[in-house]
Amino acid sequence: MRRYRFVLFRPFQFIPVLFGISIITFILVRLIPGDPARILLGTRATPTAIANIRAQYGLDEPMWVQYLYFLKNLAAGEMGKSTLYKIDTLKLIVTRIEPTLALVVAGVVLALVIAVPFAAISARRQGTAADHAIRIVSTAGIGFPSFWLGAMLIILFAVRLDWLPVSGYGNSLGDKLLHLILPGLTIALSLSAVIARSLRAGMIAGLSSDVAVAARARGMPESVVFWRHVVPNALVPTVNLLAVNIGWLIGGTVVVESVFAVPGLGQLMVRGIFSRDYMVVQGVALTFAVATVLINFLADIVTVALDPRVEL
Amino acid sequence: MSAAEDIPPGAATAPDTPVLSVEGLTVSVRANGAERPLVEDLSFTLRRGETLAIAGESGSGKSITSLAIMGLLPPPAVRASAGRVIFGSSDLLALGEAGMRRIRGDRIAMIFQEPMTSLNPVMTIGAQLVEALREHEAISRAEARAQALAALKSVRIAQPERRLDQYPHELSGGMRQRVMIAMALALKPDVLIADEPTTALDVTVQREVLDLLRDLQRDMGTAIILITHDMGVVAEMAERVIVMRNGRMVEQGAVSQIFGTPQEAYTQELLAAVPRMGDGATRPGQPASDTTPPPVARLDRVDVRFDIRGGLLGRVTHRVHAVEHVSFDIRAGETFALVGESGCGKSTIARAIAGLVPHEGHLEVAGRVLKGLDAAGRKAIRRDVQMVFQDPMAALDPRMRVGAAVAEPLVIHGIGTEDERRARAADLFARVGLPPEAVERYPHEFSGGQRQRICIARALALNPKLIICDESTSALDVSVQARVLDLLEALKREFGIAYLFISHDMAVVENIADRLAVMYLGQIVEMGSRAQIFGNPQHPYTRRLIEAVPVPDPGHVRAPAPRLSGEVPSPIHPVGSGPRRLDLCDIGGGHLVAGDRAAKEAAA
Repeated sequence: MRRYRFVLFRPFQFIPVLFGISIITFILVRLIPGDPARILLGTRATPTAIANIRAQYGLDEPMWVQYLYFLKNLAAGEMGKSTLYKIDTLKLIVTRIEPTLALVVAGVVLALVIAVPFAAISARRQGTAADHAIRIVSTAGIGFPSFWLGAMLIILFAVRLDWLPVSGYGNSLGDKLLHLILPGLTIALSLSAVIARSLRAGMIAGLSSDVAVAARARGMPESVVFWRHVVPNALVPTVNLLAVNIGWLIGGTVVVESVFAVPGLGQLMVRGIFSRDYMVVQGVALTFAVATVLINFLADIVTVALDPRVEL
Repeated sequence: MSAAEDIPPGAATAPDTPVLSVEGLTVSVRANGAERPLVEDLSFTLRRGETLAIAGESGSGKSITSLAIMGLLPPPAVRASAGRVIFGSSDLLALGEAGMRRIRGDRIAMIFQEPMTSLNPVMTIGAQLVEALREHEAISRAEARAQALAALKSVRIAQPERRLDQYPHELSGGMRQRVMIAMALALKPDVLIADEPTTALDVTVQREVLDLLRDLQRDMGTAIILITHDMGVVAEMAERVIVMRNGRMVEQGAVSQIFGTPQEAYTQELLAAVPRMGDGATRPGQPASDTTPPPVARLDRVDVRFDIRGGLLGRVTHRVHAVEHVSFDIRAGETFALVGESGCGKSTIARAIAGLVPHEGHLEVAGRVLKGLDAAGRKAIRRDVQMVFQDPMAALDPRMRVGAAVAEPLVIHGIGTEDERRARAADLFARVGLPPEAVERYPHEFSGGQRQRICIARALALNPKLIICDESTSALDVSVQARVLDLLEALKREFGIAYLFISHDMAVVENIADRLAVMYLGQIVEMGSRAQIFGNPQHPYTRRLIEAVPVPDPGHVRAPAPRLSGEVPSPIHPVGSGPRRLDLCDIGGGHLVAGDRAAKEAAA
C-alpha cells in the first residue's frame, strides 16, 4: 500500500496548479476583444444601459478586483452569474457535464475496443498485408480532422443508411447511447490510431524481448506469451499516452459537440465565447483544466497498479 | 513417432547414453535475399548428467545453437536449414510448435544471461513459477504453489515463502538468477541449457550460482549445456568443451585436453588471452624511485550521498551513502584500481573525481580543489580528467563521424584550428591502432574493440593527466580485451598518464594495476600495492573476492569454502544515522586494512 500513498499527498499539489490555471483563464478571457455588456444589449444600447450592466456584473472594476470577486464566489460555490443564461455558471456547468463526460468515456472505450485488437493483429503479424492495412488506416485516422470525419459519419450512417440519429443527445438512457455512437466514433477513430501505433510498437518490442523468449523456453503457448507477458508490459507506456490524449480530447469536444449538437460543455464554451460571457468561458475552461489534472492523476494510479516497479 | 508423448520419461536412463545429439546443424539467416550461415555443420552429443561447455567469443554462434535446439530461433529470418537434433526418439527440428512446447521447460529447460530482463516485471515470482508448472502438469493452483515453494527452497534462496509474493525488481541479481534456475529445474528436465548464466552477476554471486548449479546437477542428474565466453567458468564446470568460432566448431574434447594440450591455433590464442591471477606478479612493477611522484588526484575523507525524499513536503528522509569517508591518492603515471561488486560505490567515486556528482570532503585533481570551483574552473579540471566508459557504442554519438567525436574535446576547449584538430584526430587514430582514414566513418561501422579504441583516442585528445576507465574492457571479448589492455599500458608509458581503473574483474586488475583499493558498501576495506593485496590479502572480503574468481585451469583444486549465500546490506540510512565507519590501519609498507582485528592478526 506504500506505493499508493501519493493518492493522499498528490491532491495538495493540485492547489497551486489550479490557482495558476484560474489566473490564466481569467486573464485570457478578458483579452478577447469586445465588451460583454455591448454584446448583451445589442448595437443600439444607450451608454447608460451599458454602464448599468457593467456595474451590475462588476465589469467596471479593475481586473484584479474582479479576480478577487471570482475567488470569493468560488469559495462560496459560485462562479458568477452568466450574462447569457442569467443563472450561476457553476449550476450551468453541472447540468452540462453529463453529455460531455458520456462523450469522452464513449470515445475512449470505443478507441480501446478498436485499438487493442488492431494493435495485437498488427504486432503478431508484423510485415503481413493485415499489418500494412492497419498501419495505413491508423495513419489516415490521425490525419483526418474530426469535424470532417464527423460530417462524413453523419452523411453515411444517419442520412444515407438512416441507422443512427443525426445529432442531439436524447432523453432516455437507450436513446442517449444511440446518440453517442457517432460522436463517440468520431473521437475514437483518431484516438485509436494514436493508441494503436504506440501499443503496436510496445508489443513488437515485447514479442522479441527476453521475457517473451524465456516464457517460450518454459513451454508457454504463444497466446499466453502474448497476452500475459507482452501485453501488460506494453500497456504501461500507453496509459500515459492515453492520459495526455484525453486531455486533448476534452478540448476537442468543443468541435465534436458542435458538429453533433451535443448539449455539453464544449457547446457551452462556444456559446460563451461568442457572447463574451466571461463567467461561462472561464468556468468551463477551469472545469476542463480540473478534468485534465484529475485524468492525469487517475493515469498515475493506473500506472502504479499496472507496474509494481513504479513509485510516485 | 515424432509426437512428444511418444518419448518415455527419462528417455536416456543408462549412463553414457546420449540424451541429446546434434547432427550437422546449420542455422542460416536470410538477409538481402541471400542466406548466410550463422552456425555451420555442428555436431555433438550430450550424455546424461554431464556438463558440456560451448565456449566462444561474440558472433561464434553459441547462443544461436542453443536457440536452435529449443526451436526458438527468431522467425522468419533465422532458421535451422540443415541437420537434426535428436532428443529421445524424435528430431526436434521436425517436431513442430505443439510438440516442442511440451518439451520446452519440461524436458529441456533454459536459463539466460539477464535474469532481470528474463523475468516478467509485472508478475510476482510465485505467479511465474505457478504458471510454468501448471503449463506442463495437471495440478491445482495450490499444489503448484507448494511445488514452487519447494523449487525456491532447492535453490537455497533466503526466505522462500516471502519471495513467492515479491516482484522481480525486489530481488537482487543473484536471487533473480536463483529464481530462473528454480523455474528451469522445477520440472526436473533431462537437459538444462545455461546461456551465460553468470555473466551479468558479481563474482561472489557467480561463485554461489555456479556452486548451486553443480550441486543441483549432482542431485538431479541433469545434463547441462553451458554456453559461456568465460574460460574460467568452463574449466570449473565442464567435463567436455566445444570451442566455436564464426559459427563453426574449432575443437572439441575433454576439458583437461582443451586446456592442457589445445590442438588448434585459435584455441591456443583464446586461452593465452584469458587474464589469469598471478600473471601480474611477473610483470615489472613501477620503477622504484626515491621520490614519490606527485599525486594527480587526492581524496581525503570524501563522502558522496544521495538524498531520498518522501512524505507530504518532499523532505529528505533517507540518504544513500554511496561513498563514505574514502581517502586515497592517485600518483602521476600509475594505474590505481578500484575493485568491488556492483553498488559498492566505485563508479560514484569516478564521477565525483570528474566533477559529475557533488561530494563532501577534500577532493583535489591536478592540484586544484574541486569544491567551490566556478564553471570555468570545472571546465579546466576536465582537461586533466577524461573518462572511458564500459559500453563504447553508447558512449559515441551514432550520428557523428568518429573523427569529429575525437576532435570534439578540442572544439569544446577551443584548441587549434579546424585543420589542426583534424590532423590531431588522425594522429590519435594512428596512436590507438586505427587507420587514420577511418575518421570519416560512423560508430556502427566498427567492431566493439575498435569503438573502445575510438573512445580512448577521444579521452587522449586533451592530453589529460588522469583517465578514468570505468569497466572499460568488461564488455569486450577476451582476445580484444587483452589487446585494449596492452594499448592502455603502452599509452601510460608513452604519455605518463595515470589511470583510475575501475573493474569487477580481479584477474584483469591483478594484471594491470600498480596499486588498488577494495571497496565494500561505499568504504575502502583494503588498499595497497598489487603485490600486497594479491600476495597477502588481509580483509575477509578481499579474500572472498579473490577466491571467488573462476580459475581457467581444470586441474585447480578449490579450497573447500562455506557455501556463500549472503546478501549485501543496504547503503540507505535514515537521515542522521549512517554506516559504521571503518578505520584503516597500516600493517606495513602502506598496506591498509580495515578493522582492528585484521590488523592485529597481521601484526601477530
